[in-house]
Amino acid sequence: MAGDKKKKIVKTIKVNADKCNGCRACELACSSFHAEPRYSSNNPARSRIRVVRDPLRDIYVPIYAGEYTPSECLGRDKYVLDGKEYDECAFCRAACPSRDLFKEPDSKLPLKCDMCEGEEVPLCVKWCLVDALEYEQREEDAEEEEPAGEMELGLEALARKHGLRSLVDAVARMASSDKA
Amino acid sequence: MRYAETGFYLEVDLSRGNVERVATDPKETELYLGGLGTNAKILWDRVPPEAEPFSPENLLIFSAGLLCGTPATGCNRTIVSTISPQTRLMAFSMMGGFFAPELKYAGYDKVIIRGQSPKLVYLWINNDKVEIRDATHLAGKGAVETAELIKKELKEPNAQVAAIGLAGENRVFFASIEQGRSSASRGGIGAVMGDKGLKAIVVRGTKDVSLARPAEFMNLCEDVAQYIKFRNQNPIPNVMPILAGLGSPQEMKVHDEKWHTENFMWGNSRLRRKDFWNEDIAREWTETLDSMRRRLISCYNCPMTCGATIAPPGRPTYMMKCFSKLTYTMAAMSDLEFGLGIAQSATEYGVDGFSAPQVMAFALELLEEGILTAEDFPGMPEDNEGRFYWLLDRIVRREGIGDILANGTYWAAKQIGKGAEKFAHNNIKKHEQLPLKLSMLNPIYFLMYCTGEKINITQIEGQFPQAPFFTLEERQEFVKDWFQVPDDKFKQYFLEWEPRGEKSMPFFPTVQMCCDIVDWQERMHYIDDALGMCAGLSSFPLKPPYHIHNYPKFISAGAGFDMDEEKLTQAAKRYRTLVRAINISRGMRRKDDKPPENHWKKRFPELEKELLDTYYKFKGWNQDGIPTKESLIELGLGFVADEFIKRGILREDDDTPSQEMAAAAGGEV
Repeated sequence: MAGDKKKKIVKTIKVNADKCNGCRACELACSSFHAEPRYSSNNPARSRIRVVRDPLRDIYVPIYAGEYTPSECLGRDKYVLDGKEYDECAFCRAACPSRDLFKEPDSKLPLKCDMCEGEEVPLCVKWCLVDALEYEQREEDAEEEEPAGEMELGLEALARKHGLRSLVDAVARMASSDKA
Repeated sequence: MRYAETGFYLEVDLSRGNVERVATDPKETELYLGGLGTNAKILWDRVPPEAEPFSPENLLIFSAGLLCGTPATGCNRTIVSTISPQTRLMAFSMMGGFFAPELKYAGYDKVIIRGQSPKLVYLWINNDKVEIRDATHLAGKGAVETAELIKKELKEPNAQVAAIGLAGENRVFFASIEQGRSSASRGGIGAVMGDKGLKAIVVRGTKDVSLARPAEFMNLCEDVAQYIKFRNQNPIPNVMPILAGLGSPQEMKVHDEKWHTENFMWGNSRLRRKDFWNEDIAREWTETLDSMRRRLISCYNCPMTCGATIAPPGRPTYMMKCFSKLTYTMAAMSDLEFGLGIAQSATEYGVDGFSAPQVMAFALELLEEGILTAEDFPGMPEDNEGRFYWLLDRIVRREGIGDILANGTYWAAKQIGKGAEKFAHNNIKKHEQLPLKLSMLNPIYFLMYCTGEKINITQIEGQFPQAPFFTLEERQEFVKDWFQVPDDKFKQYFLEWEPRGEKSMPFFPTVQMCCDIVDWQERMHYIDDALGMCAGLSSFPLKPPYHIHNYPKFISAGAGFDMDEEKLTQAAKRYRTLVRAINISRGMRRKDDKPPENHWKKRFPELEKELLDTYYKFKGWNQDGIPTKESLIELGLGFVADEFIKRGILREDDDTPSQEMAAAAGGEV
C-alpha cells in the first residue's frame, strides 16, 4: 500500500456544545444554502446539521450529517457526560434506518454535509453568531489510495446488502469448512 | 406561489370537531401584512362586540408573523389574539420560542380556534395531518409537563407545544400560554384557551417557506447580523446597562440589580426601597443565580440569549426570561432564591409574571388593612413565602378567596368592596402594570401609558432615549450614527432635550414633538407584531438592527410585493386603527385612556389634556378617542366607519364626539 506522499485538506467543524444556545440558526442557514435556487426556500427538516436539543435536560448537541448507512448498528451506546445522560445515537452522524434524521422529508433520500463546498466557511458556521461552531482547515500527509479492485467492490456490495457482520461470518464459515 | 407566508389558515371548530385548511387572499397581506395586522382584521370581521370573551363565538388566533420561518434573525414570534376576559378588549399577547416558524413549516400562517370542546382536547398539527385528540389525561398537568408528556406520547421530540396549565384550565383572568422558553402571558389569553377546552396546540412541520428574491433577502440578513455584532461590541453610553445593548433586557445575565430593586416598587407596587442594594445582597443574589442558572438560551434563529434554564434546588428545571426574575421576589418583599423558586410553580400553572405576584400582594395588603380577614384565608401558612405559595395554589384552583383573586385586582376589588378598589391601584384598563411609581410627569410616557393598547409599557416604548443626556457633547455623539430615525427632526428633538431648565420635562419635548416620538415608537412595535419580529431586536432597544428604512426591503424581497416606507407606515396605521376600532366598538373611550392615578406624584392636568387632545388629532381620532370617518376612509377602513355610524358611535354628518364624552370627566377606578 506504500504510495507517494500527497497532501490532503482536512476540514473540521469544531463544535463547542457549551456555547450552543439552541437557536437552530445553523439548521436554517444550511437548508437555505442547499435550496435550489440557492436561498430560495427554508426548511430545517432538510438541513444537514441538526441540534439535538432538550433544554430541560440541558442537552445541546449540534451534529452533522455523515455517511448514509443502510442498516442499523447491532448495538447502541449511551453517554453520560457531566451528569447528563444523552440519548442513544445522540452523537452519531449517520443517516440510518433507526431514525428520521438527515433524510429529505419528501423523498426520504439521505442527506450529507458537504461543508458548503465553494464557500469560505460552511454557512452554519457563518450564521452561528454565538460561536458554538468554528471552522478549521489543515493539511495532512495522505497516503495515495490505490483504486479499489474488483474483489473489494464486490465485497463492499455484499456487505451493503447483507451487513458486514454476516459477510464476515460467512467468509469465516467458508474458511473453516475449507480447512476441514 | 406565495412567498414568506404560506397562504393558508387552519380553521378549527372545537364545538363540531371540524378542521379546515383555508386559502387566504394575498390582498389582505398587502393591506394588513400578517400576524397582528391580519389577526385584527379577522377579529373585526368575525367577533361582534356583543360576543363574550368566554363564549364559542370568541376566536383564539395563533398567528405566525409574515417573516417567521425566513432567515431574518430573531423573527420567531407567535401573535395570539382574542378578546380578553380581564379587559374585555382585544388582547394580542405574543411569544417567542419556536412555535411560529414550525407552524409555517407545517404549511399554515395561522391557527384560528372557534367554538368550545365538550371535553379537554389538544390539537396535533403534523404538516397536512391535523387531529383533535383527547387530553383528559392531561387535565391538571403543568404547562411544561404537558409539553413533555405530549412529545413523548406522539414520539415527536421535535414538535413544538403551546400549552396551558391549571390556571388556563380554570379560566384565571391572567392565565398564560406557555411554549418552549417563552409565553404569551398578558391579557388572560390562557383563560380563553381553557374556556375552549383546549389544553395544547402541538405542531411539527417539514415543508418549505419560500422567498421571493432570495439573494437580496440574504444580503439584508447579513447586514443585520453585522450590525448586531457591532452593537454587541459597542454598547450605548450614558444609559443604564440594561438599555445599552440589544435583546430584551438581559435579566438572566446581569447580577447587579441595584437599579430595579431601588427604583421599582415592592409589595403591591407600594414601597420604594432606596437603599436596598448592598454588598451582602449582591453577593447572595449572585450566588443564587449562578447556582441555579444552567445555560443562557435563545429563541429560534436568534443569538441574543435573553432567556435561561433555571434549576432551583429540589424542583424541576424550567426556562425563564426577563423581568419575571424579580416580580415575585419584589411583590413578596423576599429574596431572589424565593423568586426563582416560585416562578417555577408559576410557569407550570401558567400565569402572567406581572399580574400574578401583584394580585397576591394585593390580597395580603387587604388582609393587613382588615378589608379581608383571617377567615378569608383558612389554612394559610404564617411565613411570608409560604403565604405566596399558598395563595398561588388557591388562585389557579379557584378555591375560596382564590376564586375572587383569579379575576385580577380590578374585578376582585369590585367583588370584595369595602374600599378594596383603592388597593387595585396599579391598573390600566383593568390590567395590572409594571410596579413603577415616579415623581414628575413624563409627557412621552404619559401618552404611551394612556394610549398603548397592548396595555403594557414595554410594548410601546423604545427607540427614543428614556431620559435626556446631560451634556450637548454626549447628545451629539449619540445622534451621530442614529440612522434608525424616520426623520432627522428626531435628532434635533434629542439634541435640544435638557435634563433641567427651559427645555426639560414636562414641557419639553413639546406636545407636538411628543406626538411624533410616541407615534414612531408605537409604529415600530406594530410593524414587529405583524412581521413576527422580536421587539428585542427592533422596537424596544435604542439603535436596533431592524428599522423603518430596512423593513420595507425585507418585506418586498421576502414576500414579493412592493413596499416602501410610506406604504409600510400606512399599513401599520391601518391595523393599529383597526385594533382601536375593535376596542371602541367594545366601549373603550377617552375615559379609559389614562395611566394609573398614582403613577406620577406631580401631575399637570392642563398639559395632560393638551397632550391627549393633540395626540388624538394627530392619530385621526376625535376628542373622545374614536377614529374619525375621514381618517377611516383614508386608511381604506370605510367598513369600520359604516359600522360605527350604524351603531351610533359616529354620526353620519360629522365627527363630533357622542354623549360618551360626558362620562369622560368621571371615570372609573
